[in-house]
This record gives sequence, structure tokens and C-alpha cells, in this order.
Amino acid sequence: MQLQGKVWKFGDNIDTDAIIPARYLNTTDPQELARHCMEDADPEFPRKVRPKDIIVAGKNFGSGSSREHAPLAIKAAGISCVIAASYARIFYRNAFNIGLPILEAPQAVSKIQEGDLLSVDLDKGLIVNLSRGEEYQATPIPPFMQEIIAAGGLINYVKRTINKK
Amino acid sequence: MSMTITEKILAAASGKRSVRPGELINVKVDLVLGNDITAPMAIQEFEKIGVPGVFDRERVVFVPDHFVPNKDIKSAEQAKILREFARRHRLTHYFEVGRMGIEHCLLPEEGLVGPGDVVIGADSHTCTYGALGAFSTGVGSTDLAAAMALGEIWLKVPPSIKFIYYGELPPWVGGKDLILSTIGDIGVDGAAYQAMEFTGPAVAKLSMDGRFTMANMAVEAGAKNGIVPPDEITREYVQGRAKRPCQFYASDPDAEYARVYEYDVSDLEPVVAFPHLPSNVRPVSEAGHVKIDQAVIGSCTNGRMEDLRIAARVLQGRKVHPDVRLIVIPGTQKIYLQALEEGLIKIFIEAGAVVSTPTCGPCLGGYMGVLAAGERCIATTNRNFVGRMGHRESEVYLSNPAVAAASAVAGYIVGPKEVL
Ligand code: SF4
Repeated sequence: MQLQGKVWKFGDNIDTDAIIPARYLNTTDPQELARHCMEDADPEFPRKVRPKDIIVAGKNFGSGSSREHAPLAIKAAGISCVIAASYARIFYRNAFNIGLPILEAPQAVSKIQEGDLLSVDLDKGLIVNLSRGEEYQATPIPPFMQEIIAAGGLINYVKRTINKK
Repeated sequence: MSMTITEKILAAASGKRSVRPGELINVKVDLVLGNDITAPMAIQEFEKIGVPGVFDRERVVFVPDHFVPNKDIKSAEQAKILREFARRHRLTHYFEVGRMGIEHCLLPEEGLVGPGDVVIGADSHTCTYGALGAFSTGVGSTDLAAAMALGEIWLKVPPSIKFIYYGELPPWVGGKDLILSTIGDIGVDGAAYQAMEFTGPAVAKLSMDGRFTMANMAVEAGAKNGIVPPDEITREYVQGRAKRPCQFYASDPDAEYARVYEYDVSDLEPVVAFPHLPSNVRPVSEAGHVKIDQAVIGSCTNGRMEDLRIAARVLQGRKVHPDVRLIVIPGTQKIYLQALEEGLIKIFIEAGAVVSTPTCGPCLGGYMGVLAAGERCIATTNRNFVGRMGHRESEVYLSNPAVAAASAVAGYIVGPKEVL
């Protein structure tokens, strides 16, 4: 899958409270969550973000709570993909499970700047920086995770498993 | 083949003779857990799978604890989804307001988790049960939904890091100070995707409550699970409580570790994690003059009996500073009742504190003590991220219960020795 979008850049340790503060966890409505996405990291973000934009962040993205509201809020805000130096493990699982594409690419993160235009080939993990004429390779997605994506998320994967039994 | 305790539990639960770090395995779970924030979303996903029921109605546990007693209409709707699902599927372990507690205080107390168990919960602090020698880890709502249907989950076997604590803990220094100092040392992603194994003479002497505090915050170092080798103290705790047979596993002497850290704790003093990371740790004597507006004693980290007793020892015969609001939240109804019987609640109220029914409440900025812009709180909770307890311009400082109580009296952050 090929994506193209403009970059919003964040630092290290962006936690789930920054991605979607707990005061909004009394709902599961993705559109409502999107209205507060990244609010405690950048209060203007929900108004500035445009469909297909890409979040680029430092290490340990999504640390903290297990709230799936975090990847959901990002996805519903129109973000097409997250590229980070590394992810906290629960967020990593959750993003795959709900179908938010995420890539791990430490070298890319240090070079990409806010506002850059990126083109991303998810299958190959190839990131092209159209603004700077650079290319970066992301860490390949583990085969098992690819299976989940191919099945269309964890729930479909489980349906299949159950039918096989 | 030699294995760590984490590897042994995972091998047994996946029906294998042995497992290695990095291996992907399918694991049978003994218990799955959801709360009023994560379970409604899991229920939505569960319905899509299209199975008639959960894999075992005795092993799916729902605890509404974050926003209950319902803080607003939306929370009431979420809690209702849980309650109705629990009724429809005749779940044996649904804990209603008045009989509940903060999930990670409640499940061990009820004997629903024990040594050797595999537990997954849609709450990041599910790692708390590692204190009992169980493998337990947090997942999201979709993983919970899948496990509710299948009774299994896929996991990657984590490499283990061994932490050895030597020496004797000084007075007023506890599990919270051990874990905060450790996170301060290795960083908030210092154990990412790995198992933290807490060992050594100082941990062997630690009470169950102190061990729960340590395992609870393993996730604050990015760990998949935290674990304490079960011993006599564990046995005493689970005896007469455990609802299922327990398995006491131990790491082999020649088990392989990714890293080993050794600490001498004899000179440790109480520590405080400054905003906005749990790793931002300083000894309380070097805190400087940090004025506070609020103190919170409670949460799944430090809302247990021992914590309340320590806080009461500091507060007895003293008054909360006029500029400070002190909020005390017992972790479960049983803890609440016991604290009442021991006279602790009276001490808190006479000191000028408010005592709340068990709830997560302010820990995640839900209700019962949300902070305004510019306000500062010292809390026995586990996270001090930006906006965690309220406004994004408020601040949270993490400490043990003795420091939180002493600070409430002084009006600024101090250790207990300063006010006694
Ligand atoms: S007390 Fe705090 S950390 Fe513990 S489960 Fe509740 S919200 Fe989470």
C-alpha cells in the first residue's frame, strides 16, 4: 500500500495521555476522540491536522496506558500512518489490531522535519522524503503481524481461527 | 534447558517443554480482565466475532473502577454496557459498585489470580499480579475481545532482565522507592518489551503489598511484565484465598538474562518522581521547596492496607496544611472496612483529609480531585505525564505514602522525618 502525506513532528515518549487525555475516555466514538487527538501535546493539533497527514515521533511512542482509544483517535483524525523511532508495546499491538499503519524507523525520524512531504510504501517499509529527496528504510513488520494485517485486523484473524476449529 | 520463571510459566501455558525469548507462542490464559474504559470497546469487537459466548464465564472478569460511581452520563452509559454484558453472559466475576475496588487491588484480594497463572487484562497495570509469581500483562480492547472468545492470546516470549536488591531497607523506604529508583536508573523504556524479574534479599523481605507496588510499575519502564519469585510470603497470602490451584515456579540458577542490575538499598532514602516522567527521580531531601496544592494517597500502586497504615502513622495527631487538599482512597471495599476497623479513617478525617470510596478517580484525571491549571499534586500513583491528573499545565509528583502524607502536613514536598 502506498501513502502520501505531510508530516507533523513530535518528540520522545509521547504517552497515551498526550494522545488522548483520560477526560475523553467516557466515549468510544472515534469522531469524538479525533476532536481531542494529541491535545495535551499540542492543543492546536485537532484543528490543524488534515486527512492523510503523517505523524513522525521519537522513541517510546504510545507509552502509558492500554487505551485503544489512542490509535483510534489518531486514525479517526485522518492520520494515514505513524513513523516513530520506537513504540511502547501495548500501543504497537493495538495499532495493528485496529488497522492503523505504523512503522519503526529510527534513522528516518532524525532526518524528517515538520512539514516535509513523505511517500510511504507500507509493504516494503520504504519511506521517500519528497521535500528533501531522501529515502529511508523502516524495520520490516514481523511476519505474524503481516498475517494479521492481511486478514484485515485481529478480529477477522480470530474469526478465521474459530472457523478452522 | 534452563529457563527463567517467566519462560517457565509461558512454556507451561503454551503446552511446550521450553520456550526461548523472541519465540511467538499461543498461550492459554487463566483469566482475562476488562474495566469500564476498555471493556465497552472490547464488547463491541467481541460481538463482531460472532461466537455465542465467552470461552469461560468464570474466567472473564469485569471491574468498573475508573469512572464509577458514574461520574457523568457518558460514563454511566459505558458502565451500563459492562453490566448488561456481564448479566447476559452470566459472568461470575462482575464487581458492582459497593462490592468493587480498583481492579489490581481487587483481583489478588479475591484470590482470582495466583502464582503460575497467565493473566491478560485490558489495562496496562495488569502487570501488578507478577508480584504473586504470575505472568500478567496489559493489552488493548481488541486483544481482550479475542481472548474473551478464544481463551488464548499470541505473545512473543520476552527476554528477562534480573534486578537484585541487596541490603536492608531503611525506615520509611518501601517498594515504591525501589521501583521508582530503578525506573530512574534504566529509563521509561529501559525494559521495553522485556520481563523485569525482581529478586534479592531486600525483595524477599518485602511484604506482598510492597511487591504489588513494584510489579505494578514495571510498565512504567516499558516492560511486558514484572515478576517476583513466589516464596513463603506469597504462600501465606494466597492460602485460603486462591480460587484455583497454584504453581510456584522458580528461575533456574543458570537461566539466561538479557541484563543483570544489582543495587544496595541500605542507604536508599524516599524518592520523588518529578514531572513529567516517572524516571525523573530525585531523593526527597533534594526536592527543594516544592509547594503543593493537593496530595493523593491511593491507586493500584499504593492504595493497600500497608500504604494506609503508613500514611496514618504520619498523619496521626497532625493536621493537613491549610493550603492543601488531602484525598485518601482505599483500594477496595475490604481495605476500606479494615481501615475503618483499625481507626485509620478516623485519623485521616481528623487530620483534615477527605476519604473516598474505592475508585481510580484522580489517578487518571477522571474525577474526585482533578487539578486546575498551575496546580501541583503529590500522589502515590504511578504516572506523572502532562495532563495526567487534570489540566495540561498542572503537575504531578510521584512518591510513597509516607512522603505524600508528610508533604500534605508540611504544604510542600518533604520526607516523613521532617514532620515527625
Ligand atoms: S488506579 Fe490509576 S493506574 Fe491504577 S488502574 Fe486505576 S487509573 Fe490505572
